[in-house]
Amino acid sequence: MTKFTAGVATAALIAALSSAAYAETTVRVAYDADPVSMDPYEQLSGGTLQLNHMVFDPLVRWTKDLQFEARLAESWEQIDETTMRFKLREGVKFHSGNDFTAKDIDWTFDRIKQSDDFKGIFAPFVDVEVVDDYTVDLKTSEPFPLVLHTATYIFAMDSAYYSGQTDDGKDKAEIVKHGDSFASRNISGTGPFTVTEREQGVRVVFDRNDSYWDTESEGNVDEIVLTPIKEDPTRVAALLSGDVDFIAPVPPTDLDRVEKADGVNLITMPGTRIITFQMNQDRVEAFKDARVRQAIDYAVNNAGIVDRIMRGFGTVAAQASPEGYLGYDASLTPRYDLEKAKALMEEAGYADGFSITMMAPNNRYVNDDRIAQAVASMLSQINITVDLQTMPKAQYWPKFDERAADMMMIGWHADTEDSANFHQFLSACPDSDSGNGQYNSGAYCNAEADALMDVANTETDPAKRAEALQKLEGMLYAEAAFIPLHWQNLAWGAKDNMNAEDIVNALNFPYFGDLVVSE
Amino acid sequence: MFAYLVKRVFQAIAVMFVISLIAFAIQGNLGDPLRELVGQSVSEEVRQQLREELGLNDSFLQQYLRFAGNALQGDLGTSYFFKEPALDVILKKLPATLELVFGATLIIIGLSVPLGVYTAIKPNALLSKIIMGLSIVGISIPVFLTAILMIFVFSVELGWLPSFGRGDIVPVWGYWETNFLTADGWAHIILPSIALASIMLPLFVRLIRAEMMEVLQSEYVRYATAKGIRPWRIYFVHALKNTLLPVITVGGVQIGTMVAYTILTETVFQWPGMGFMFLEAVNRVDTPLIVAYLIVVGFIFVVTNTIVDLIYGLVNPTVNIARMGA
Repeated sequence: MTKFTAGVATAALIAALSSAAYAETTVRVAYDADPVSMDPYEQLSGGTLQLNHMVFDPLVRWTKDLQFEARLAESWEQIDETTMRFKLREGVKFHSGNDFTAKDIDWTFDRIKQSDDFKGIFAPFVDVEVVDDYTVDLKTSEPFPLVLHTATYIFAMDSAYYSGQTDDGKDKAEIVKHGDSFASRNISGTGPFTVTEREQGVRVVFDRNDSYWDTESEGNVDEIVLTPIKEDPTRVAALLSGDVDFIAPVPPTDLDRVEKADGVNLITMPGTRIITFQMNQDRVEAFKDARVRQAIDYAVNNAGIVDRIMRGFGTVAAQASPEGYLGYDASLTPRYDLEKAKALMEEAGYADGFSITMMAPNNRYVNDDRIAQAVASMLSQINITVDLQTMPKAQYWPKFDERAADMMMIGWHADTEDSANFHQFLSACPDSDSGNGQYNSGAYCNAEADALMDVANTETDPAKRAEALQKLEGMLYAEAAFIPLHWQNLAWGAKDNMNAEDIVNALNFPYFGDLVVSE
Repeated sequence: MFAYLVKRVFQAIAVMFVISLIAFAIQGNLGDPLRELVGQSVSEEVRQQLREELGLNDSFLQQYLRFAGNALQGDLGTSYFFKEPALDVILKKLPATLELVFGATLIIIGLSVPLGVYTAIKPNALLSKIIMGLSIVGISIPVFLTAILMIFVFSVELGWLPSFGRGDIVPVWGYWETNFLTADGWAHIILPSIALASIMLPLFVRLIRAEMMEVLQSEYVRYATAKGIRPWRIYFVHALKNTLLPVITVGGVQIGTMVAYTILTETVFQWPGMGFMFLEAVNRVDTPLIVAYLIVVGFIFVVTNTIVDLIYGLVNPTVNIARMGA
């Protein structure tokens, strides 16, 4: 080999190595929808939170096993009954170049209080007090057990960037639900990615934040292209044909295909959204009798629904709280016994049954209309004749607000990731002042149960809370306050080299900043 | 001619008025837009307040008059979801849809004429029977099924063509970005165009075939044959010309229908056009966008039909457009 060719070979080798080292790693992600806005506090939805975890950082975040992990807060301590002190990370910069300090947390908190969607979660909080540049106190009006749960929703916004006026004289900080606002189109956080391009409904392009503070994170993705693909079969086809690298959700009908396909991984996880039916006691006299409600619970084969309709893509439920929540009581097991159901109906004096109406959405939950059909036919076995109506969610929710049918379907995910939230919205005595029982179309009302919820909402000792919440679940179970069906599972599909299983969680916001794509 | 156009414009205005009224009347039954704007745990009180701000609590007449007043000044309302004027949103999506319709039209014209003529000339040939058989299949399979089948075969199994989206597009002018200038763009538009064409193509093959068979029986074709003119010239110059009249009439109406079919095609292929946008708007109860879409599509219908009438006059001199105005 001459000197010349050796030199060329070496140069080529170096070029190849360096290009490998600096190769851009792009991940193409397809979700069923893209975020409605770039404003982190405009709409409380999965899409917004997914975006927030890419472009912003919360004070603390959930780990895969539902523990808290320090992010912008380095440490925290309870300094009195109503105050939690957070020590903030130093040397963090926003994408705009501004330094992140305590005043940004204070400013963000005030803005959250203005947000229609988020202020409900923050209702127990009264103020953020800035102690010094890197220390804040989060204050609640009463002792409150879910301070850290709620801190997962505090995504530091760049207060200098979002302050002032736009060219046409609008406040940059304003939150606008309908119509244009500065924050819905401009974004500056501390997170692992910046948004470089966005065409709503078509795609969002994220670029790695080169000066990201979390240098311990091994995430090596330089660019993420997020495309919404609404149609389930198309989304799956895009993954299988290699047009995208990562999809969510994978529909139940395609789980097998994705699992068996070469080079592609299926990741499933029990979710936390409970699907239930409520029985309206104001409309149907018989539903006031706990025995009738129990009979219905015994007549509904929820294991069968998970098996046949959901194709195993759900976890059979006997209570609202999924495993891992404080209120989860493993001793509560699903009830299905047709003979017992008939006996209970007879005991209650309804051996001949009665007729009811039922409503369910047909595009809100996984297989919602088919589940409702199955439940309706199961009820006919105990002589309850069901007149079922299913409709798109846009029409369903107004009907739900009117309590327009005797049995209505409702699915619920606790925004606080806490058991008390299920009872507060789904089964507490309806009260328009406190907002309790806002989604309790059954009008179930039990003062004892509500008292247990109140205890749990002010008790800060986890052991005592767990006791109260489990007692509450047991009470609702014994009384058959509602018919629990299952928790919907979550499913992601990704190419093998994505290592997607490391970044997904039951909360359904993958931490893309930590995604490591292997060669 | 001028009188005809004036009459057409008045018709168009009347049609648009009726469409806007109907669109407005149905929006109350589409559901509650607030549900899509706010999170699930937001209180009824807050929702009522937003409803008030959006003017959704006003009477139908009040809402309609406000809309009509703005519409006359070119403002069709602001989309709840896109947070932009509804007309802008539609105009941005329009080129994608028109390119798709154009692609499908190319396929339809390019294939229906030779196939229609061939099956008319050789009605008993095996190939003719296969073509006619396939056309029945084409008509009877719904577009979304054709589309999903094609994605499965050509994208997933064979890996020849991409499965969704528009790919590399090149800006041309204003909101218009085109697929036809890059290889990637061409690859992306092939499957959606075929899917969209699949419903119309069989119709046109059958139409041309039927017309052609009728014309081939006529006296002047027999005379031309007897005169010794080459068959090719008889088929494509003398006979085909006289089959085109009904084809153009049906074609004009079908272009409108094709715009409607783009809703399905675009949804399956995640094609960022206005058909897909419309379906999404219905799901989200984005009423300003729904109403604006219906008006724009109504406008496209009226315009294409007017153009068809004008072409009619060019192809068939016995149709006197000047007199149609009277």
